[in-house]
Amino acid sequence: MNPNAKFRDGRMTPFQARRKWLTAFAAGAGSLALAGCDKAVNNARIDATLRSAEKLTLASQRLILDHQPLAKEYGERDLSPVFRANGSSMPASKEYAQLLQGKFVDWRLQVDGLVQRPQSLSLAQLKAMKSRTQITRHDCVEGWSAIGKWQGVPLSQVLDLAGLKPGARYVIFHCADNLGETADDTGLYYESIDLLDAYHPQTILAYGMNGKDLPVAHGAPLRLRIERQLGYKQAKYVNRIEVADAYSHLNGGHGGFWEDRGYEWYAGI
Amino acid sequence: MTTARLPQATLPQTAPTPRRLVPRHSALVRVTHWVNVFCFSLLLMTGAQIFNAHPRLYWGEYGADDDHAWLSLDALNTSTGLRGVVHVGSLTIESTGLLGASKEDGALAPRGFPAWLTIPSYQDLAAGRRWHLFFAWLFAINGAVYLVGGLVSRHFRRDLLPTKAELAPAHLAQEVVDHAKLHFPKGEAARRYNVLQKLTYMGVAFVLLPLMVLTGLTMSPGLDSAFHVLLDIFGGRPSARSLHFICASLLVAFVVVHIVMVLVSGVWNNLRSMITGKYAIDVDGDAQ
Repeated sequence: MNPNAKFRDGRMTPFQARRKWLTAFAAGAGSLALAGCDKAVNNARIDATLRSAEKLTLASQRLILDHQPLAKEYGERDLSPVFRANGSSMPASKEYAQLLQGKFVDWRLQVDGLVQRPQSLSLAQLKAMKSRTQITRHDCVEGWSAIGKWQGVPLSQVLDLAGLKPGARYVIFHCADNLGETADDTGLYYESIDLLDAYHPQTILAYGMNGKDLPVAHGAPLRLRIERQLGYKQAKYVNRIEVADAYSHLNGGHGGFWEDRGYEWYAGI
Repeated sequence: MTTARLPQATLPQTAPTPRRLVPRHSALVRVTHWVNVFCFSLLLMTGAQIFNAHPRLYWGEYGADDDHAWLSLDALNTSTGLRGVVHVGSLTIESTGLLGASKEDGALAPRGFPAWLTIPSYQDLAAGRRWHLFFAWLFAINGAVYLVGGLVSRHFRRDLLPTKAELAPAHLAQEVVDHAKLHFPKGEAARRYNVLQKLTYMGVAFVLLPLMVLTGLTMSPGLDSAFHVLLDIFGGRPSARSLHFICASLLVAFVVVHIVMVLVSGVWNNLRSMITGKYAIDVDGDAQ
């Protein structure tokens, strides 16, 4: 039987009614999509929901990365001919200029917070410690990649030297560059990682790059290399390492300069 | 043929074709289809947002500004103002207003894809990533449900796997000709996918969409450390990023053809079958 037969008296057929509804739906959805996307992006509740994906990503990657696999290491011939410098390329402070002029002889790395033995280490002391050299890929959050050779002291050695206190969960890196270009310290670059990444064998405090001293544009005299996360975690111009049970007391409370500006704390993806 | 159909087309009330509704798409296919439509739309537009942060593509293990890009959407400052150009290999294509440089708040600004193609419309890499990575999870879970459900319910074997006869060159050629002429099967034959549909849907579901997931995962430095094989398969992270872009472009091409085919082969019937599951076919179908 033809299902349309009994609807010939001018009323809409079920097909036509559905058609009308679908047309209205499609038109509504289209304009809603166009006008509503920006609004949705700025909606706090939607944002909080979408942030949950970071936790899922972190939890699943932790499951996979728990046995501390090493990031791929490359050969000399794989090195990027030009390694792009990103973010700050020269800290603006007078103190930094003086340290640079003095070839960082007076520079010290402070290690404090939840540690048994706070440290103040010179560059020479760091260079005297057992070093690790690795040729790895740097992945910027923007999408470009560069391969460089890094030499430095494994962070685990420095942390063991200071000795962690119970309750230690995060390692926070305080930097000399004011990327936010603020008059006070709120624009200073900082980053934080948890202990799993801090004790990863490839997590090093690098003072050498491509066989030379770390250039100023790449964070002289000392930068972090944490090879399983994106570029913004690789703090440059590190001058203080703070061990803590949380990072929420710092600046925007999200654990890093870019994290305070909307980027995810976990940058393994 | 044409003359015989004319009265029907112009006066449908006088001679309606007897039709009946038959089951077409299972609930699994319908639900995963629309979740996929939603996810793909958002992933595409947030992907364009992420791409705009560095609108250049490379091949190999590294790739940044000083390296050779096989594709780039550039904004050039000229005496006559901002110009948008696409560089593909050695080709340069003028694209002002669409690619490389397009209007932002009324004035031309350097941006890979235009504002109407990105979420959000303004440049915000952090928001683009948050949306992209959230809907990537939903997309992957939805895809897994589809693949497992399709295997268990034998949907793939029954509806998507072409038969030997369908793959015969002569049959394939006939299908291509029929498609080009927009001749679609009627009656009982319309209940099944034709071989071109089967091959296309298999290519999308088993090749392109899984490649999107795998090339996406290869861009994760965390996963790369656990699975170096990803880098070996795709030839490096910048290559994976290029393939991610190429596969997304192929999916867009598929969606365009898919929508056109839906439109020309009976849009409401097709839409209904993907919403309620019921598809109307002519009762006396082929005899017509």
